[in-house]
Amino acid sequence: MLRSWVVVFASFGYIGLLFAIAWFADRRAREGRSIIANPVIYSLSLAVYATAWTFYGSVGRAAHDGVGFLPIYVGPTLMILLWWFVLRKMIRVSKLARITSLADFVASRYGKSALLGGLVTVIAVIGILPYISLQLKAVSSSFQIVLGYPELEMPRSGNPILQVTAFYVALLMALFTIAFGTRHVDVGERHEGMVAAIAFESIVKLVAFLAVGLYVTFGIFGGFGDVFGKAAQRPELARLMAPFSAEGSLASWAWMTVLSMLAIVFLPRQFQVAVIENVEERHLKTAVWLFPLYMLAINVFVLPIAFGGMLLFPAGVDPDSFVLTLPMSQHHEALTLLVFVGGISAATGMVIVETIALSTMVCNDLVMPILLRWKRLNLAARSDFTALLLDIRRGAIVVILLLGYFYFTVAGEAYALVSIGLISFAAVAQFAPAVLGGLYWKGGSKAGALAGLSVGFAVWFFTLLLPAFAKSGWFGMDVVDNGLLGLELLRPTQLFGLRGLDQITHAMIWSMLANIGAYVLVSLVGRQSAAEHSQATLFVDVFTQTGEAPRVWRATTSVSALQALLGRFLGPARAAEQFTAYARVRGLKSAQELEADAGLLNFAERQLAGTIGAASARTMVATVAQEEPLGMEEVMTIIDEASHVIAYSHELEQKKQELEEATANLRAANERLKELDRLKDDFISTVTHELRTPLTSIRAFSEILHDSPDIDPAERHRFLGLIIKESERLTRLINQVLDLAKLESGMAEWRTSELDLCEIVGDAVSATSQIFKSRGVSVEARLPDRVPPVAGDRDRVMQVMLNLLSNAVKFSPSGTGRVEVRLAVETDGVRVDVEDNGVGVSKEHQGVVFEKFRQVGDTLTQKPAGTGLGLAICRQIVERLGGRLWLQSEPGKGSVFSFILPLAVRQEQAVAATA
Amino acid sequence: MSARILIAEDEGSIVTSLDFLMKRCGFETRVARDGEMALAALREFRPDLVILDIMLPLRSGFEICAAIRGDGALRATRVLMLTARGGSGEEAKGMAAGADGYMTKPFSTHELVERVRELLGPAMASGASA
Repeated sequence: MLRSWVVVFASFGYIGLLFAIAWFADRRAREGRSIIANPVIYSLSLAVYATAWTFYGSVGRAAHDGVGFLPIYVGPTLMILLWWFVLRKMIRVSKLARITSLADFVASRYGKSALLGGLVTVIAVIGILPYISLQLKAVSSSFQIVLGYPELEMPRSGNPILQVTAFYVALLMALFTIAFGTRHVDVGERHEGMVAAIAFESIVKLVAFLAVGLYVTFGIFGGFGDVFGKAAQRPELARLMAPFSAEGSLASWAWMTVLSMLAIVFLPRQFQVAVIENVEERHLKTAVWLFPLYMLAINVFVLPIAFGGMLLFPAGVDPDSFVLTLPMSQHHEALTLLVFVGGISAATGMVIVETIALSTMVCNDLVMPILLRWKRLNLAARSDFTALLLDIRRGAIVVILLLGYFYFTVAGEAYALVSIGLISFAAVAQFAPAVLGGLYWKGGSKAGALAGLSVGFAVWFFTLLLPAFAKSGWFGMDVVDNGLLGLELLRPTQLFGLRGLDQITHAMIWSMLANIGAYVLVSLVGRQSAAEHSQATLFVDVFTQTGEAPRVWRATTSVSALQALLGRFLGPARAAEQFTAYARVRGLKSAQELEADAGLLNFAERQLAGTIGAASARTMVATVAQEEPLGMEEVMTIIDEASHVIAYSHELEQKKQELEEATANLRAANERLKELDRLKDDFISTVTHELRTPLTSIRAFSEILHDSPDIDPAERHRFLGLIIKESERLTRLINQVLDLAKLESGMAEWRTSELDLCEIVGDAVSATSQIFKSRGVSVEARLPDRVPPVAGDRDRVMQVMLNLLSNAVKFSPSGTGRVEVRLAVETDGVRVDVEDNGVGVSKEHQGVVFEKFRQVGDTLTQKPAGTGLGLAICRQIVERLGGRLWLQSEPGKGSVFSFILPLAVRQEQAVAATA
Repeated sequence: MSARILIAEDEGSIVTSLDFLMKRCGFETRVARDGEMALAALREFRPDLVILDIMLPLRSGFEICAAIRGDGALRATRVLMLTARGGSGEEAKGMAAGADGYMTKPFSTHELVERVRELLGPAMASGASA
């Protein structure tokens, strides 16, 4: 019976049966009578977890490690408790956010990041390649073995026939997968037919395995007791019955369990059947007990078969093949065929679901985002996407399987089946931090996920994939032996000196450490965007949210544009249906009455997400609507927070500025006070000095005259004259000091009235005419006929004029001196110039002249009479009246003292301002 | 042999009074109205006593005092400082600069003459009457 054509025929027949089931299921789904909306079917579909690895490989593992094969099945069983929470949350979120794949899930959670989706896809594809190659190896090997009947020939590694077989197997599987999964694009990426088919194949493989198990245990041996009893008699087998016998095996057990706990969720095919294909959440309740039951059933006979094979066969028969070779050795052809078909079933089930899931990811999350962004293709303008999507997926399927084949040729021979599979488990475990973190920690950010995934994947690659390639000879063993860059600490299998663990455990420790560490650290350090915020809340709080947060669109588009957009992906008819349904929900009669408002855009986006994934859907709708969406609640919260923060920081800024100002003011005031103090001290000491000087003469001469009655009368006369002069000087000084003090303190009395400067100047000139005559200096007044009145105190202005004139006289040469007084009307007031042809004042002294007690004069000549306060007083007066007093002079060319007083109209304001 | 008095002061009337007073005592007087003249007079006139106003133009009284103290030839010269500024701080400054006596304006003529006589010492105090 076991002729090659029989085997091939049986295989194809079985596949055909699967097709039939799938087609049937699909048709029923179209009619609305889905057959997979059934908890049992759901639970059975989850059993796609058991692949050719389970079918062949667990026995192989048991033969080496005894009960060490169990953790791979214990893990998922332990997950039961967590399933109810974790899976349920995943399912809820995925439905809400229209998630279409694992990559889509991650991308969506972290702010709809296409980059993240692409990364997950790449990791998934590369990570699953070993797993796919495992199936290829299993099918090819089992085929070879069966063909060798009745001989038990193990396929030798490197056997070209094996490789060719594997190649054809890969191609055939690609064809099957394409036929199964790419006939049309379904909304939500549901594949009812596929689910039905794999539920069926789960039954088939279970039946096959149970059959061979029963046969071996009760047919070849006399029951469980018999098998185990006989095994116990052989020391090398007895050892296998004791768990934890090998060094480091406890750690291995632990990690293996953890790995499989993660794999049951994160393998793309598992995510697909458990989350995406889930029809109703409550099906989980059934799966929670049915799936573990299945696991138990398929594992019950593993040890007996393993021991049976070890007992019956000499060394040299690959334990991976026991399920096949045991019935073969007993010439039970029918059973052999059943087992073979069971193996095919397990392998193709895995390949079909896994590859479809992967190709969906590659299409939606890797290729499409790139194509959409590639402006040259102008993809957004295409009218029909379905063909493109399907083509991309088909291409992806072929490429993935060929890559799987490639991996098989390169590295498939290096390890036993189980080890190959575990490499893939470790790869998909890298998704755990980002996904679980994304479900339970709002703080997880896109950057964190990117960091964690990248680092974890890199470590995985380095510690697992690289050694696999090296062992197969494709890659030199150099790096494995001596470490990266020759650093012993960077040896792939003993990273940083961690020894004593098996390779998988070792890889898991380092990759998880790096992954979780990077994820948490980068998330904590960085900040999230608004989109990330809103998605985080959506995911983490999915059970508490009462409804979907309405999103704010600001759009400039039309209903027809949106409908056309949807039509491109769902087909025009389907799109119209959806729009009509939506209109009815909104209480309108037809889609024509719809408005392109936020709600409609929302709806369109959701519908699209079901087909091309959330990230691409957003891009597409955004292209049409030309805007970016934000969650309304999130926007308000963020704005609120932001405005609080802004207000607070404004306050702080203000306070800081006020503080700075106050400090500066205080400092300036302090400086001024010190300055004033100094000035006051200076002033006081100068005044003291100035007062004492004339007093000295007065007293001295008085005493002299008093003590010398017989003094020469001429001298006596002279001295008395000096006394008088100095007394006058003293009086003048005291008066001026008091005057200045009054002016400066603002206590002076001002009698403001409108003044005619012509008149005042005239009066001043005539008042000083005597002095001019006695000095021999001529004085001339050049006055216009009329000048506008200025406001001021007559006496004070007179005081200024007199002072300027007397200065002019003092500093003009006697005899030849000429003083001229001029009046001019300017835009801002009336100007008076007093010009003399005296010695002039040098530039450096010009500033000094107006200071108190400063006098400029030739020191060799007599010190000019005067107190040095005159100009200071004049300046005070003029400035009080709102004017300016200044000097223009050059040494040897005389001087012009000028002052300007504002016109009467504005005078009051100026006075008021300065008072 | 009458004492030589240098009067270093810029206020005209005070100079007159001082000059009169010193001449009445029988001393030989010389007047310098600024620091430069004072320095020149020190070299040429070699006074026995200088009545020194602190507020001199060009060179301050302190400078002149320092010059006297720094000149070995004028070891015997006495310095009587005059100032219009009050305060004990000024006096201390004056003494620190090397003055032998310190008087504030306005001064009593009697006191001034007495101080001069004191500083000159009994040998010269008597004055003209030789």
